[in-house]
Amino acid sequence: MSTIALHRLAHARAGDKGNRLNLALVAHRAEDWPLLAAQVTEARVLALFAHRGATAVRRHDLPGLQAFNFVVEDVLQGGVNGALNLDGHGKTLSFLLLGLEVDQDAPPG
Amino acid sequence: MSLGSDPTALLRIGCGSGFSGDRLDAPGPVADALIAAGGPAALMLEVLGERTLALAQRERLQRPDAGYEPALLDLLRPILGRCAAAGVPIITNGGAANPRGAARAVLGLARELGLPALRVAVVEGDDIRGTDALSDLDPWEGDAGAVLVPEQVIAANVYLGAAPIAEALRQGADLVITGRCSDPALALGPMLAHFGWSATDWDRLAAGTMAGHLLECGSQLTGGYFADPGVKDIPGMATLGFPIAEIGADGAVLVTKPDGTGGRVDRRTVTEQLLYELHDPAAYLTPDVVLDVTGVHITEEAPDRVRLSGARGRPRPDTLKATVSLPGGWLGEGEISYAGPNARARAELAGRTLRERLRHLGLEGQSRLDLIGVVSVFDGDGGALREAEAAAPADVRLRLAFASEGRAAAERAAREVLSLYCCGPAGGGGVRTRVTDRIRTLSFLVPRDRLAPRVSMLSLEDAA
Repeated sequence: MSTIALHRLAHARAGDKGNRLNLALVAHRAEDWPLLAAQVTEARVLALFAHRGATAVRRHDLPGLQAFNFVVEDVLQGGVNGALNLDGHGKTLSFLLLGLEVDQDAPPG
Repeated sequence: MSLGSDPTALLRIGCGSGFSGDRLDAPGPVADALIAAGGPAALMLEVLGERTLALAQRERLQRPDAGYEPALLDLLRPILGRCAAAGVPIITNGGAANPRGAARAVLGLARELGLPALRVAVVEGDDIRGTDALSDLDPWEGDAGAVLVPEQVIAANVYLGAAPIAEALRQGADLVITGRCSDPALALGPMLAHFGWSATDWDRLAAGTMAGHLLECGSQLTGGYFADPGVKDIPGMATLGFPIAEIGADGAVLVTKPDGTGGRVDRRTVTEQLLYELHDPAAYLTPDVVLDVTGVHITEEAPDRVRLSGARGRPRPDTLKATVSLPGGWLGEGEISYAGPNARARAELAGRTLRERLRHLGLEGQSRLDLIGVVSVFDGDGGALREAEAAAPADVRLRLAFASEGRAAAERAAREVLSLYCCGPAGGGGVRTRVTDRIRTLSFLVPRDRLAPRVSMLSLEDAA
């Protein structure tokens, strides 16, 4: 098993609306999309944001764009107008996602 | 060439500002490129955030001629004359809480610049504070359970669509100033005025809305909010070119940027922005259409020229989203640095001391500690990540954030960080404190029939 950071395989962008965060995750290479689909699951992303009180994650698959859109609920602890966090928008959180470890050798799907 | 004179001609729409804090010199190169291209064109300036609007409403209540984007004249001054001369209309939501006041101020600028014939249109009707439109509203799904108390409302504004902007342009406006409208509408408005698309031509409206969505954050399409050295490199970040979309009468969309500017437009920058702030990519709700981007195809046609096809549209929603701003209490913040040997331990001691002081003083509110340089923005308010992190860098900065209902407690909490200079651990320096009046925003859904958007044309005799 050889694990690497998701950052090696994909790029990401965060956006906020109220207390809801969306994370667009885009595979650098189209051929890595199935591996990401198998390993970057809703459950793993929810666990990644559990310490911030996230209550649900929905993953929307966009194979034609070699991308995914993750919608994370209640993760911004009040959002841009209510959070105590320096980054109330959650703009930095795309790179929390990109720190997730994936197994490069696991068979996809 | 003016909008609509040849509806088969390609329409160029540039975006010179993507948010209220954007680079003030960004619109110039976009305006130059649109004018040089020679065909029908429009320039949008998006400057209106949720908080901006609430602050503007407060200002307007104190001074009736205030309450619009403070940087609006700085943005317009370098480009207003040459855009008007070339027939390139400018559309901006910089009217904020007072589009009419903004128009009067711009007309004052027009007089100063020697532009006596400038026609400025104002779109109003988004502001529903203090009206019946605010009663018995359902909250937006992301704010489920929220209850609206009309007496507490600082600002309440509905996201209007593209139709009033198109109407203003058909009447010959050189500049259209709106308050709250959907950001993509700033681009869709000129498309409707130029191509004459029907209000139920859902796939074309979807294509136009997708183009507007790509443009609305300015440089986020052209290499801003993107660079990651060694992974995603972007040339010329100090001179990022802001985006231009080329729209065909059939809804074809190509995005690019002015020649000779920094930045990059490619599949990756476009994909990140296409999905920015989207939730369900099959149902991006706007006042004009429900946009589905799941079938969108992205093609790099040439360097910095990217085509998008396959946007699909469905009938627009029956309700419009309103942002309601309410008093959000106060936030006190303070930071202090520790560096060199045992820096983390000294900063942690400072943090424990602050917690004890807050308890000792009996301040009512919620607090959070960060150790900038160890763990800060990724953490939750409970500090779980910080406690689990063993790293002890030699330069760390402790931050306290304290939220309270009243101002006095927030000020006192921030002052406690200042007091650490003398009463805290050894070698603490560089204290900064800040106390902020907060505004909370909630979203509600307003039935369309409660709204009556209005367009008025102002000219030089209306100048401030």
